Amino acid sequence: MLTAIAIAVDGLGFAAWLFLSSVGLTLIYGVMRILNIAHGGFYALGAYSSAWAIGLYLQTGSTVAFTYLLIPLSAIAVGIIAGLLIERGVLRFMYGRDEVLMVLVTYAIFLILEDVTKIIWGTESLVAYQPAYYLGNIDIAGIPYTVYKFALIGLAIACAAVLWWGLNRTRTGKLLLVVIEDREISSALGINVTLFFTVTFIIGATLGALGGAVTAPQISVVPGIGAEIIVMAFAVIVIGGMGSIGGAIIGALFVGFARAISVHLYPAAELFSIYLVMAAVLAVKPYGLFALSERRKI
Amino acid sequence: MTKNLDRTEKGLIISLPVLIALGFILPEWIVNYIQVSLGTGLVALGVMLQMRAGLVSFGQGLYFCIGGYAAGMAGKFLGVSDIFVLVALGLFASVTVAFFAGFLLRRYREIFFAMLSLALSMILFGLLSKLEVLGSTDGFNLPSATYLGWAPEGDTAKYALYVATCIPTIICTILLNRYLRGPMGYVGEAIRENELRVEYLGTSAHRAVHIKYIIAAAVSGIGGVLWALALGHVDPEMTNWTTSGQFVFVSILSGTGNIVAPLFGTFILEIVRVYAVEASPNTWQMILGTLMLLTIIFLPKGLWSLIQKKKAAISTQKMAGSES
Amino acid sequence: MKTFLKKTILSTSICLTAVTGSALSYAAADEVKVGFVTFLSGGAAGPFGIPARNAAELMIESINAGKVPAPYNSAGLAGAKINPIFIDENSKQKVADYKKLVQKDGADIVVGYISSGSCKAIAPVAEEEKKLTVFFDCGTPQIFEDINTKPEYLFRTAAHATMDNVAAAKYVLSIKKDASSIAGINQNYAWGQDSWRDFSASMKKLKGGVKVSTEQFPKIYAGQYGSEISALLTKKPSIVHSSFWGGDMEALLIQGSGRGLFSRSQVILTTGETAMQRLGPQMPNGTIIGARGPNGPLAPDNELNDWFRKAYFDRFGSYPTYPSYHMVQAILGVKAAADKAASTEQNKIKSALKGLDFTTPSGNVSMALSGGHQAITETAYGTYKYNKDTGKGTLVNIKRYAASCVNPPANMKSLDWIESGFKGANCQ
Repeated sequence: MLTAIAIAVDGLGFAAWLFLSSVGLTLIYGVMRILNIAHGGFYALGAYSSAWAIGLYLQTGSTVAFTYLLIPLSAIAVGIIAGLLIERGVLRFMYGRDEVLMVLVTYAIFLILEDVTKIIWGTESLVAYQPAYYLGNIDIAGIPYTVYKFALIGLAIACAAVLWWGLNRTRTGKLLLVVIEDREISSALGINVTLFFTVTFIIGATLGALGGAVTAPQISVVPGIGAEIIVMAFAVIVIGGMGSIGGAIIGALFVGFARAISVHLYPAAELFSIYLVMAAVLAVKPYGLFALSERRKI
Repeated sequence: MTKNLDRTEKGLIISLPVLIALGFILPEWIVNYIQVSLGTGLVALGVMLQMRAGLVSFGQGLYFCIGGYAAGMAGKFLGVSDIFVLVALGLFASVTVAFFAGFLLRRYREIFFAMLSLALSMILFGLLSKLEVLGSTDGFNLPSATYLGWAPEGDTAKYALYVATCIPTIICTILLNRYLRGPMGYVGEAIRENELRVEYLGTSAHRAVHIKYIIAAAVSGIGGVLWALALGHVDPEMTNWTTSGQFVFVSILSGTGNIVAPLFGTFILEIVRVYAVEASPNTWQMILGTLMLLTIIFLPKGLWSLIQKKKAAISTQKMAGSES
Repeated sequence: MKTFLKKTILSTSICLTAVTGSALSYAAADEVKVGFVTFLSGGAAGPFGIPARNAAELMIESINAGKVPAPYNSAGLAGAKINPIFIDENSKQKVADYKKLVQKDGADIVVGYISSGSCKAIAPVAEEEKKLTVFFDCGTPQIFEDINTKPEYLFRTAAHATMDNVAAAKYVLSIKKDASSIAGINQNYAWGQDSWRDFSASMKKLKGGVKVSTEQFPKIYAGQYGSEISALLTKKPSIVHSSFWGGDMEALLIQGSGRGLFSRSQVILTTGETAMQRLGPQMPNGTIIGARGPNGPLAPDNELNDWFRKAYFDRFGSYPTYPSYHMVQAILGVKAAADKAASTEQNKIKSALKGLDFTTPSGNVSMALSGGHQAITETAYGTYKYNKDTGKGTLVNIKRYAASCVNPPANMKSLDWIESGFKGANCQ
């Protein structure tokens, strides 16, 4: 029973983190058809900038409460600066190229971002644990959990809700859905597709950075964290169906619970539980659980 | 006989003695990079082969690793060190796995093919990382190669292994070129263009993809054996997605224009990396990334397009010359 | 056809000139080229590679200027200045890179390698190339026990990892005599698996009937250990062992101490020392800390150590951690051997280094195992205590273990030695 409760809470907590870390990737893919490896770079930039900002701020001796503002702010700053630079500076010259080539382009950008973080923040780890502790703990069936973890679950739900509302209930969102459906027709209808791409990329980059920024207080921010997140995020969105927000939620839950179950019941399988789930899902549903419709051209 | 050979094949046949001669002329360290590049180049060739059919394998490391481990385990547990047996074993192991995995993978295209092949290779990575008898993530070492009972030592062994790497690489390349020029090869391109039409024309796209997949696995397995023998060591990193990713990048960077492009591309990328590390050991990734970006922007068809452009220029010059 | 041949010849000659041109720059006679291979990128760079490179830079400068305290106060290696070449260990072609370092860059000595995987691959190549190679940090005992049983050119100046976990078991039992169950959380790769195997085997030998309650093996660089910590909390073992290092270890500390893992179980971190400076108050009191040898705060009091800590702090703004100490060990070993041989000729250095005893900031190092090629050192463990007044973490209740107590004798493999109940161990 204790184990079952622990699996439920851990699985949910891990799924929330996975969703926050991968939703930016699925958004960019859905709209722009770019499998953005630089997502890992945004994640790392977000983690570094928020850990760095929290550290600077707390040196002044002020209250920890305001750090919860710093986290999203640093993510937005990273998203706008890095996202704008990359989309306007590189990607816009590449639209319409082969999907695989775009993977390579974003991989090159990722390599550059890796060294950029190293040049800005050095190789020593950054720790900014205060926000993770400030909210305290709660006991569930005798096991203490940090409230911060539940705050992340809440944030993940809020993110999903805002994205859903933005896409389905606003004019801009509906126009975006049109762009996703058919790029050429929508630009013929007078929709400014370029602007949509720029904005989407910035939002996607911000979401990637946000994933890193909220994770930073729980970990030690070190070079290389970006590379770790990419494959994990890919697995999540592939399981759910690439480009679908709902798919990212389901994918995160699948992977999150697979990991929690293996850790509690059979730790030896932890290393490949994610890939087993991915292979199993793809074997049954080749295009993920919530694939976008794809017309076959004859 | 020679009538059937196209330019690339003639070039390849001539390049074999040249390549072997280079092994004696060039300093050893660079021969070393050539040797490892031939091994990994074969895998990139496998990736390129699938890419011709529009399939991007982000898990080709799987067969690279299976080849290497098959050879390594034969050496470790059975005491086999004969290169012919090792290559045969690596080939057999990768083809067998590919035959069964092919039934699953042949149904997938585009990014889903990429991700599923990645998942398969990562499952092997997880398994190998757990197996302490195989040295876990540290891997284990291979014996020196022998040749039908001949066991050279010292410098002779190095040259022998180099020559023994060159020959199968060139043979594989020629055979693949043949295959790509044959009907089955062109079906691949047709599949990339429009799979439904291929089916309407009465060919099974699934079957064609399956065969392609097995052939790619076969060359990757051989590449794995040769690479492992050159290095003398195998570890699960061979099947990690980063390794597979590198194969994809090499194939794209070098372009799918010609069968030898991936072999050259692998070597060039290797040398660029070496000099980037030498120039700036702390930020070489940035240099590599920038170069990749510039290549993609200015040479969208890969490095090979440089050579093709030159060829075109030369032939127009010649035409102009003969006219005057 | 012709054009093809022409092109080949042309490109070959271009290659040749490019290659030989740079290879011809031989080292001057009063200078010795030392290649340093550590992680300069990737996850192991921050905690290991960069501190080791920093220590190397500091030592090279000080040795060249003759500023290191006695007995190393002569300038250079037997008078020859060290000319360093740094390369990144984070590469897929480690062997080819090593050969390039030796053949093209003309390194006279190679010092390097942090990952045990790299060491395994390089071990036979060093002999093949006949190049003096000193491993400074990698831990696997297999290097000389299985892979290179008759070393000629290969040395390791740090003790192997068996010592860390045997001493950990001894220390934890001296603190928690009533321990009934143990649990492990180690990274799922060779280092973590080996560490846990040595530790759990030692515990079973030292205290019969001790139970293993759970063995967690998360992926390296996973960073999120919420589920693993829950599993450890539900199982309530008396002792939790972890060989996590770098960012993973710090993440485990942050996530685990927030949830009371460290107060429910006695936690032992075999590489915890690297986190002491950074985490300070966040590291729970009572955690058992190791440093892979008598390094950092576990280092003995001696003039060399005082000098090294100060010089390192002045230059880099933080105190050196154990990878830095390991690097110093390797460089001083080479210097001691070169000075003794009064030559930088590798054959002379190599004979002088064989079986050598030399002193370092972490005390005495003796090249005692594997025919004088593998070092043993004493080791130490301590318990963490945060001092609120100074704002610094310290180690209390430090226990030292003699080299002969925690290392196998010369003719025995590490695991066999543990299984035999530490036969021949001399613990005075």
